[in-house]
Amino acid sequence: MAITKLHELHGRRFGRNLGVGLCLAAFVALVFGLTLAKVSGGGGTQAFDHVVRPELAQEGQGG
Amino acid sequence: MTDSTVIPTEGEAGFGDYVALLKPRVMSLVVFTALVGLLVAPVPVHPVIGFAAILFIAIGGGASGALNMWWDADIDRIMTRTRARPIPSGKVGAEEALALGLALSGFSVVMLGLAANVMAGALLAFTIFFYVVIYTMWLKRWTPQNIVIGGAAGAFPPMIGWAVATGGISVESVLMFLLTFMWTPPHFWALALFMKSDYNQAGVPMLTVTHGHDATRRHILVYTVLLAPVGLALAFTSIGGPATLAAAVVLNLMFLRGAWRIFRRTTEAALADGYAVEKSVFKFSLFYLFLMFGALLVDATLRGLGWGIF
Repeated sequence: MAITKLHELHGRRFGRNLGVGLCLAAFVALVFGLTLAKVSGGGGTQAFDHVVRPELAQEGQGG
Repeated sequence: MTDSTVIPTEGEAGFGDYVALLKPRVMSLVVFTALVGLLVAPVPVHPVIGFAAILFIAIGGGASGALNMWWDADIDRIMTRTRARPIPSGKVGAEEALALGLALSGFSVVMLGLAANVMAGALLAFTIFFYVVIYTMWLKRWTPQNIVIGGAAGAFPPMIGWAVATGGISVESVLMFLLTFMWTPPHFWALALFMKSDYNQAGVPMLTVTHGHDATRRHILVYTVLLAPVGLALAFTSIGGPATLAAAVVLNLMFLRGAWRIFRRTTEAALADGYAVEKSVFKFSLFYLFLMFGALLVDATLRGLGWGIF
């Protein structure tokens, strides 16, 4: 059965849920922004791509 | 506030009650000084990373505030000034504050470490540890020098901001730390002189209670004298400049004059004019810190424009 009568408590609970929801949304946006900032300023970022990359070999090492 | 009965609110706290746990007013000082530490550093920071770093530092500061309220709930219940805080007023459960504080501590430290660097994250972790364990749990109820050493916790943020940019610690960042560190005792004791408080009842050893007002007046003068060279030294480091030097000279002279006036007064004289001098020095001390850090920002801006002198 649905609640027909709203208590002041429900308003407080809704406010809390809304606050947490907005915080989470803001956090998602922040991490996205951080990702863009880190990747765009990343410089020599390289992933494992299973290809021989001579520039990674140190001096004096064969390869 | 009159005597009032606290009505438990069925354990349903609103969002604002959790925000109050994070001590938003203390947070504003943390944000400002951390921001200055970050902006005056010689290494530019990407604006998004800078914003995120300041946010995580603020959350870390808030988390330590929540842990402080969890631990101090018993004395907060006794003192009139703190009785309306979320835990003593029954809006938030003590264990909820503990959970929120621990969760946000871990969150802020890890996120700052990832967003900025490990040094900044480690400094934030140490700050939280210092405020919660060293100050709140240990010193606060044990020694009248509690706020001297405890003030260190509030002084770390500019060092963290500096570490966000540079990844390290240097003379400049240590001096910014010392500025807030040496400023805290005279600032706080000036307040303690005129604020009618019930620390005694709560069993917190406050210098004004344990050693009396005359000893507190002496302490204010001594710490203000020790504070003066810090600001002057800052002016001659790589982050200083004409604005910092001018601010340090003028503000320290004014602060010293105020401390001297406090030192020369007797409790009778203070009672006669309603602690006018103590109140004005306390208000001035707020401006002092704000303007000193503001002056560092001005010099950083001047350097950015190519008008640096030193």
